[in-house]
Amino acid sequence: MADKILKKLYIEVWRQNNAKAKGKFETYTIENISTGTSFLEMLDILNNDLIEKGVDPIAFDHDCREGICGTCSLYINGRPHGPDSAVTTCQLHMRKFKDGDTITIEPWRAKAFPVIKDLVVNRSAFEQILQAGGFVSVNTGGVPDGNAILISHEDAEESMDAASCIGCGACVAACKNSSAMLFVSAKVSHLAKLPQGKVEAKARARNMVAKMDELGFGGCTNTQACEAECPKSISISNIARLNREYLSARFSE
Amino acid sequence: MSKFLYASIGRKFLMSVTGIFLLLFILVHLTINLLLIFDDSGALYNEGAHFMVTNPAIKIMEPILALGFLVHIIWSLLISWENYKARPVKYKKQDLSVASSWASRNMLILGALVFVFLVIHLANFWWKIKVSGHDLLNQGLEPGADMHNTYLLVSTLFKTSWFYSLLYILGGVLLGLHVTHGFWSAFQTIGFSNKVWLNRLQTVAKVYAVVVALGFAIIPLYFMIKF
Repeated sequence: MADKILKKLYIEVWRQNNAKAKGKFETYTIENISTGTSFLEMLDILNNDLIEKGVDPIAFDHDCREGICGTCSLYINGRPHGPDSAVTTCQLHMRKFKDGDTITIEPWRAKAFPVIKDLVVNRSAFEQILQAGGFVSVNTGGVPDGNAILISHEDAEESMDAASCIGCGACVAACKNSSAMLFVSAKVSHLAKLPQGKVEAKARARNMVAKMDELGFGGCTNTQACEAECPKSISISNIARLNREYLSARFSE
Repeated sequence: MSKFLYASIGRKFLMSVTGIFLLLFILVHLTINLLLIFDDSGALYNEGAHFMVTNPAIKIMEPILALGFLVHIIWSLLISWENYKARPVKYKKQDLSVASSWASRNMLILGALVFVFLVIHLANFWWKIKVSGHDLLNQGLEPGADMHNTYLLVSTLFKTSWFYSLLYILGGVLLGLHVTHGFWSAFQTIGFSNKVWLNRLQTVAKVYAVVVALGFAIIPLYFMIKF
């Protein structure tokens, strides 16, 4: 069965020339979009139109377009990654919209994620948090040693669930406080659940939280919006673990 | 230590610890209050009120309780201000209802409303009992009784004023909404939660909230309907 065609859509999008420029919303119309089109393909089609008309195309982040890399972003109609759950924007399809809809597209909004151009924000704050402690620097031995250390099935699963974070920043965008707690907790948790990560656990929790605060992210007020909007459905139980790790690190100083 | 209390999780830790303390206080307060509706002579409630003003343990706890309130309120303002600053440019269109509960997003507003209620509540009773005194407190007691007729003060307010009765019902409901989120959130913040316990805590939070809201609301309702 052929996909339906959306005859006309109004795309209201944030345009901002560079980091320092003052941005504003522009509305473009786009016609005859198949519901089978992905959201980013729709933007590609719109950009083709804009280029033909001599308008600067809309800048937006994208890379793998299969929901793995964490590069795409976009705050669509009031929700990060748009009106679908557990998907990234590249996995969102136009069947989620109706003919004649106005679609509002905004960049992630957070002090720690400044806009570079249009819908592209600088997410290197996440990299800086990882550099503050999101690694294992002790010698964990060669391959046979890896197999010699037994890890329970539950721990392995929980660690893998936390490690599925792709660092897209939807948690920050969704949070009313622009808090990065879900991201930081996932990065702390996937190492804290494994014996290799336990050696530096205390310093890791302390340093990553300190860096997160320093970069201007807000604090967690447990609204659970991050978990609901996370394309990988990372659980807020990781935040409870981070709180535990951080508090025990601070109290044992 | 001062650095800890200024770190994001440190600040939340303080909110959480004071919050749990206040949750316990609310239970004690509600228990004493419910004596109001189980004995219309007022003798039972007056005994309870007398115990609360004379017991040494309660006397020690009173300033600690005031401190708990103070820290909870001041830190909430501090946290809210820091969190507000974390998003200098706001979204044009936000659809938050799908991802989070209304109470969880409006804890500051709910808390502020509860605070307004608290001030009126203290002026109604605490101030009169502890500081200024009131005629009703000394009426209708057996001669030589070494206590206040707190029951008369409380019941007269609810029997004579629809405004205050409705205000106290509203106060109970607002507090209930505040703790639907506050209860489990406090445990999450100190790290006492995981995938299993989160559901349990949220269920207990709802039960606690309903008990508190209904418990406090039923008292003015009782006096409005019966008298």
